[in-house]
Amino acid sequence: MNNTADRSMALTGEPPKALNLQQKLATLFGMTGMGILVLALMNINFENRALWLTLSLLAISGGIVWFSYAAYANTQPGIKNDGVMFKSISSRGFWGWIAGIALTGFYIVLYFYPQYLGLTKEGDNTGLIALFDPLSKLLSGNPASQWFVYGTLYTVAILAFGIKFLYKYRHNAYERLRTISVMFFQTAFAFLIPELMARLNGEGFSLPYYDLKNIWPLNYYNFERYRVNSFIDAGDIGLALLIFGILSIFVITPILTYKYGKRWYCSWVCGCGGLAETAGDSFRQLSDKSLFAWRVERWVVHSVVVFVTLMTTAVIYSYLGNDTSKYWLTKTTFLIGVATFLTAIFAWVMIYKREQLKKDATYGAIGYFVIIIALIGIHFFSGDGNVFLFKSEALRKTYSFLIGSIFSGVIGTGFYPIFGNRVWCRFGCPMAAILGFQQRLFSKFRITTNGGQCISCGNCSTYCEMGIDVRAYAQKGQNIVRSSCVGCGICSAVCPRGVLKLENGPAKGRINSQDVLLGNDVDLMQLVNENK
Amino acid sequence: MEKIVIIGNGIAGVTAARHIRKLSDKEITIISAETDYFFSRTALMYVYMGHMKFEHTQPYENWFWKKNRINLIKGYVEKVNPKEQLLQLQNGQEIPYDQLILATGSKPNKFGWPGQDLKGVQGLVSKQDLDALEANAPNNKVCKRAVVVGGGLIGIELCEMLRSREIPVTFIVRESSFWNGVLPNGESQLINEHIKEHHIDLRLGMNLGEIHGDENGKVEAITIKETGEVIDCQMVGLTAGVTPNINFLKDSGIELGKGIKVNRFLETNFPNIFAIGDCAEQHEAIGNRRPIEAVWYTGRMMGETVAQTICGNKTKYNPGHWFNSAKFLDVEYQTYGWVFSERNKKEYEKHFHWRHPEEKVCITMAYHADTGKFLGLNTFGIRMRHEVFDRWLTEECSADYVLEHLKDANFDPEFYKAYENLIVAKYNTDTGSHIQTKKKSWKRILSLGA
Ligand SMILES: Cc1cc2nc3c(=O)[nH]c(=O)nc-3n(C[C@H](O)[C@H](O)[C@H](O)COP(=O)(O)OP(=O)(O)OC[C@H]3O[C@@H](n4cnc5c(N)ncnc54)[C@H](O)[C@@H]3O)c2cc1C
Ligand code: SF4
Ligand code: SF4
Repeated sequence: MNNTADRSMALTGEPPKALNLQQKLATLFGMTGMGILVLALMNINFENRALWLTLSLLAISGGIVWFSYAAYANTQPGIKNDGVMFKSISSRGFWGWIAGIALTGFYIVLYFYPQYLGLTKEGDNTGLIALFDPLSKLLSGNPASQWFVYGTLYTVAILAFGIKFLYKYRHNAYERLRTISVMFFQTAFAFLIPELMARLNGEGFSLPYYDLKNIWPLNYYNFERYRVNSFIDAGDIGLALLIFGILSIFVITPILTYKYGKRWYCSWVCGCGGLAETAGDSFRQLSDKSLFAWRVERWVVHSVVVFVTLMTTAVIYSYLGNDTSKYWLTKTTFLIGVATFLTAIFAWVMIYKREQLKKDATYGAIGYFVIIIALIGIHFFSGDGNVFLFKSEALRKTYSFLIGSIFSGVIGTGFYPIFGNRVWCRFGCPMAAILGFQQRLFSKFRITTNGGQCISCGNCSTYCEMGIDVRAYAQKGQNIVRSSCVGCGICSAVCPRGVLKLENGPAKGRINSQDVLLGNDVDLMQLVNENK
Repeated sequence: MEKIVIIGNGIAGVTAARHIRKLSDKEITIISAETDYFFSRTALMYVYMGHMKFEHTQPYENWFWKKNRINLIKGYVEKVNPKEQLLQLQNGQEIPYDQLILATGSKPNKFGWPGQDLKGVQGLVSKQDLDALEANAPNNKVCKRAVVVGGGLIGIELCEMLRSREIPVTFIVRESSFWNGVLPNGESQLINEHIKEHHIDLRLGMNLGEIHGDENGKVEAITIKETGEVIDCQMVGLTAGVTPNINFLKDSGIELGKGIKVNRFLETNFPNIFAIGDCAEQHEAIGNRRPIEAVWYTGRMMGETVAQTICGNKTKYNPGHWFNSAKFLDVEYQTYGWVFSERNKKEYEKHFHWRHPEEKVCITMAYHADTGKFLGLNTFGIRMRHEVFDRWLTEECSADYVLEHLKDANFDPEFYKAYENLIVAKYNTDTGSHIQTKKKSWKRILSLGA
């Protein structure tokens, strides 16, 4: 008898939801690591901090990696979304809310009440922060701060969940490579290099903390007075860093975005993107796909761009001088420079790219005029960089509080399990908006739709973390050229019919639009698609 | 204003409605008994597997219909009266029309098996079937084993679904190898192996004999016809093909065969009644196609076409080159042009087959034995570019040309392993040719200039 029945299958549980025994043990193991941190937080004093910290971080990462192994080891390579909509953590169930509340709470304490973590102004750290002192001293020579604790945990999360992601997508070379890339950039550029750079600081030489892959306006503070001063004071190296900061936004970024789309940054380099793609991967399906959400997104994110541009301009303006003989860059030259630059971009878009913008043109125009009027306002109303009635310093503080802390941290990451993993990237990140603007108008990147192959199943839209309704384009045979697409490639990975391909190609044929799809009568296709 | 009524809110009916709206201001009404809104039938499996919620299978947001002035009525049409141009719904409501489009889709085949109407026996076509499955096989405690009968695309999907909840599955397939009425042997063999890798108890060359029920009329076992083996099970999936949904048209005077008979303009024997999608049957098959084509793309293309006719631009249904795709568990399949199985192969059709030594990747290319003309390609585990293959088919390129330029057609994600050189090397050995693969060229892919 031809019987290959697998009678040894475990017959317990409701598998799309339930964890297997190994996963439960792995969770427990990881939780002991967390437990050590919690004990430290409650001021339990560990004798040998270095040892306990090592144990804790190893247990956390080990738990996550073990969990992933238990989840994927006995499976065929392929898409692993079974049960996503049934599990309470990934479908806004009980555990989703608990995780959301816990994360949000952590961010609030981190940003606003670091003393509860053990930060001490005078004297030695206590509590959780003290536990991280040995590691911090090893790297930079200084005691830890709340940011060091955060940076370490952040890096551990990207590395451990990165390994999970690598395992989950082991059949997909694109996903693997880009994950290795974010793991590398986080560990080297965001974590190790700045700490080691701090070692160079000493008598008469001091560089500001600089994560080299962080580009304005993501590091909105980069051109503040104290930083610019300390760059300049640090001589050639400092100057080189300052110039690098300027080049990265005005030269490096446009070139790379032109060639590869904004994904080179958002999905391959950026730390916020890195966390979203690794630790946040289980939540990508929670993003809102409605047209309404898209409308909100465009208003909010572009307002942030306007805000950050004005704020930065006002801040720089406030510390520049009036005397041309002292320094060529004066308040007036600077303002005129900014205005000219923005006008040139605006004119270029309106003249050459109007066609592609259509309705969005109004948004662009509104944003542009708000900025220009505000610039004129700065010129006439202030000596101190006031934007109308607001002092530049007040603007900076507001920005840093609302956008830098609340939006990017508390809402952006704390709400992963509720709104999805890219809320910040989608609604708040000015860097993403600027890159997106370039991607939309001036880039070789697109997601090609494969002729008539789409069956409208909706996997792509469901798993698009940016809330793009990918299917709406795919089922029309239209390429996806959206400013918000971060090029994570998941839509292409989950598509069961091989419809989507992220690629860089010639500008011609990048934007296409079809009413009758490939596969139907050629004459009908021509008739309908050309008579539009 | 002219009243257009469409029965059926599947891909065929909805595409027709959308295009009629684009072209005209006619009054459009869609009647359907299954769901309030259009959803993608092809995605039913993902709901049970927990990849998506049912809402995610709906391609348009709910405001879409009102905004585009497409009236939706939920109801079952019991009778069509072509003389008076009137429909009668189950609830007694009568609906007049000027032009009627029948897009009623299909239902699962039942071949008169003893016990086929027992509780726990079901097909997988409708939203109701999905709900039934959730009741019949919620987990492996309620459903200790399921039996799926019929080795086609829906059958293997149903197996995959059940396995996602770790329900043991016996898969009864009449053919000697999976889907080998359609697939050439090498490919069919690859899928056989893959099915077993997924711990599915595959029974090739077997038929369902009988379904047994318990005292409550619920299924408890089946018998295999050939061996007499009895297999205990709590759910039986009948996936041996589908048949058009036309029972309610029996006495309407509309000409019926297996489906609703239509001419090339998709007209029935009444000039103001059309049929499209799964339920339409061509008087004569078009090219190598079958008279009834129960696939997604056909429904969509017929919808695109019939809208033209209804809006005054009388248009023949004249589909382009055949293409299709599916996914067998973890292996994606695409086809362009015609590649027939050994069973249905034309006498002039020659095959070239390549399979990767370890991975579940293979292709079969069909070409003309005498002229060397490229006829079609099946791929497993490699994605191909539709546009490029469509052009090669139109330009009647040779098999040699296709292989030489195969890199142009690759549609796998970036950084994937490329197989073109391995494929061509095998072709050269098999046929004694000396082909070399050319580098990918955007110019050729997008036909930019010469
Ligand atoms: C599980 C599954 C997977 C599939 N996967 C693929 C695939 O991967 N690729 C592919 O190409 N094809 C696939 N198909 C086939 C494809 O889904 C169908 O060909 C397509 O949906 C048919 O569309 P349609 O508009 O003709 O009919 P349907 O989508 O069936 O719509 C007909 C509608 O009309 C309603 N109706 C019927 N009679 C009446 C009446 N008297 N009164 C009121 N309403 C009525 C029905 O309830 C139904 O809602 C799949 C099918 C199934 C079931
Ligand atoms: S996942 Fe693929 S087939 Fe499904 S809707 Fe998206 S593009 Fe179409
Ligand atoms: S469209 Fe695709 S690649 Fe772009 S963000 Fe969405 S899922 Fe990622």
